[in-house]
Amino acid sequence: MPSRVPSSPPTKSPCRSCWLAAPGLLWMSLFFLVPLALVFAISFASRGTYGGIVWEFTSANYLDLWHPLYGKILGQSLWYASLTTAICLVLGFPLAYTIARSPARWQPLLLLLVMLPFWTNFLVRTYAWMIVLRQDGLVNGLLLALGIVDAPLELLYTPTAVVIGLVYGYLPFMVLPLYVAVERLDPLLVEAAWDLYASRWAILTRVVVPLTMPGIVGGCVLVFIPSIGSFITPDLLGGARSMMIGNLIQHEYLVVRDWPLGSAVSFVLMGIVMAAVALYYRHGARASGPLEGR
Amino acid sequence: MATSSTPPFTSSEQSLSSTPPTIDIRGIVCRHGAVTAVDRVSFQVRRGEFFSILGPSGAGKTSVLRMLAGFEDPDEGDLLIDGQSMLGVPPNRRPVNLVFQSYALFPHLTVFENVAFGLKMRRVSAALIAEEVRQALAMVKLTGKEVRLPAQLSGGEQQRVALARALVNKPAVVLLDEPLAALDQQLRQAMQVELKSIQEQAGLTCVCVTHHQEEAMMMSDRIAVMHQGRLWQVGSPREVYERPRSLFVSRFLGVSNELPGTIGPSVGEDRMFQPSDAGQHPFTVSTLSTEQAGRSAILSLRPEHIRIAKDRPSTAGPVLDGRIEKVLFAGSDMKYLVRVAHDRVWETRMATGTSPVTFVPGDAVYLHWSSVDARLFYE
Repeated sequence: MPSRVPSSPPTKSPCRSCWLAAPGLLWMSLFFLVPLALVFAISFASRGTYGGIVWEFTSANYLDLWHPLYGKILGQSLWYASLTTAICLVLGFPLAYTIARSPARWQPLLLLLVMLPFWTNFLVRTYAWMIVLRQDGLVNGLLLALGIVDAPLELLYTPTAVVIGLVYGYLPFMVLPLYVAVERLDPLLVEAAWDLYASRWAILTRVVVPLTMPGIVGGCVLVFIPSIGSFITPDLLGGARSMMIGNLIQHEYLVVRDWPLGSAVSFVLMGIVMAAVALYYRHGARASGPLEGR
Repeated sequence: MATSSTPPFTSSEQSLSSTPPTIDIRGIVCRHGAVTAVDRVSFQVRRGEFFSILGPSGAGKTSVLRMLAGFEDPDEGDLLIDGQSMLGVPPNRRPVNLVFQSYALFPHLTVFENVAFGLKMRRVSAALIAEEVRQALAMVKLTGKEVRLPAQLSGGEQQRVALARALVNKPAVVLLDEPLAALDQQLRQAMQVELKSIQEQAGLTCVCVTHHQEEAMMMSDRIAVMHQGRLWQVGSPREVYERPRSLFVSRFLGVSNELPGTIGPSVGEDRMFQPSDAGQHPFTVSTLSTEQAGRSAILSLRPEHIRIAKDRPSTAGPVLDGRIEKVLFAGSDMKYLVRVAHDRVWETRMATGTSPVTFVPGDAVYLHWSSVDARLFYE
């Protein structure tokens, strides 16, 4: 209601129920922080001749990453993840808007349909995409049958296939936070803007987007993070040419058995993700600042 | 004075001036599925007029407002603003602005940006926007609150921003949807006076939708009473209150004390009226009606027209026996509920302090009134 006054949270003793967090904290420190610290330590060690770890401090692993080959993989990963995020946003926003503005009794079903792919294993679904995209696959079969192309297109094992796979895999992560944001947007605000001479474009850019910014930021973060670290999708759909950081880490750990270099790559990836998230949130906080406390 | 129970009100008012009315609604119909929300409604609104559409919820008044704003299109009929048909014209191309019941202020924009929104969309220069917004905010007494966000304002202040956001555009018509409904009683009464003075000062043409009869009567130049999708009566507040054309209008605009009976022979310029209740004596009613004697009718009286006496009044005129049922003290008023028949209680009102006599429940009293104040409705 318009007359609602933002209430401040009660300022009691700050930590009366802190002990409730203890089991979770313990779990996280044991199984997340400790291994992470270990990986961090390994990233400054060297590789033994036969693949073991030699505990000698060196920053060589990080310096090695300046090699153009690694730079290319890094840039490629950023590009694929950004493109995936952008495509998911463009596809997901109208979808989320439609779901949030459809009759209330339909919404649970529509959301269920968005999440339906999660009921099947991700690996299986990625294999399914291989069947769809390969030379004698569904897409090429259809294109040939319709006479749109003369020879089957090379779809599988291309960057396009990787981005298709990533968009497919992470679109629901975009739709859900956007749905929540649009659902909370008062439809009367759209009518008010329309009444105040705003065109459809102006309504979108001046009212809808600013007011759903928390959902947009949330969705982008949720898609970008798993996208940039993914390795199943580029591994199965991308082939050797479309390697991403995730594949590099897997390669260093399991194939080359260079754990120190793999650990260094892992930490660079973490740095990129954290930087990206910080950037998003700072932008998001500015764009949606007045909405805080809603 | 004679009325029928069917509502068709036809707009017989003629605008004598040569300029077209600001709003001219011609037989609009709006259907929502099987429901006819608005049924052949016609009326005109003159420039500078405060026009209220009054009716209970579900009467179709909000649909009329939404059709004026452009959010809905009528299924039949035409809707003209300043002589131009608005059919098919989207809201952003119409010279009207709506003040929403919930205000619908943009929560991410400051007071200034909210008020400036319409001007900005019409690409008015920044300097002019600053000046216009300053004037509008001064008019609604919000100078100094420009950089606040809506959430930082009180309900009354938000209401003013909503008003400023509409009138800054100098629209041909300001549409008000239950403008004061979200305010508490005291603020509401203060805003009624203020809204009216802003409207007069700025020369605004307003169409206001409300279910609050007192608010409509206090602010409006004319009122249209709407019920079940149709207009039942259009006229000045006094006209619809004092000369309702139907029982519905009479009941909706205030307390209607009713008594069924039959109309009798002429007595001079008046007619006799025989109440159905056996215990009551016939009395005279002032009516122009030429109905046949014996026809059943319902008599209706406003509370303020009834006087109470302990002794049978000596003056000739309508008198009814009654017994005080309840005495309600309402500050400036004293309300007496008086039983006039075994199934009928009337409400009378007397200003506190005007009558030296007070009554207690159980007192036998006489109710009397001037025969010109009673109104007759035929079934």
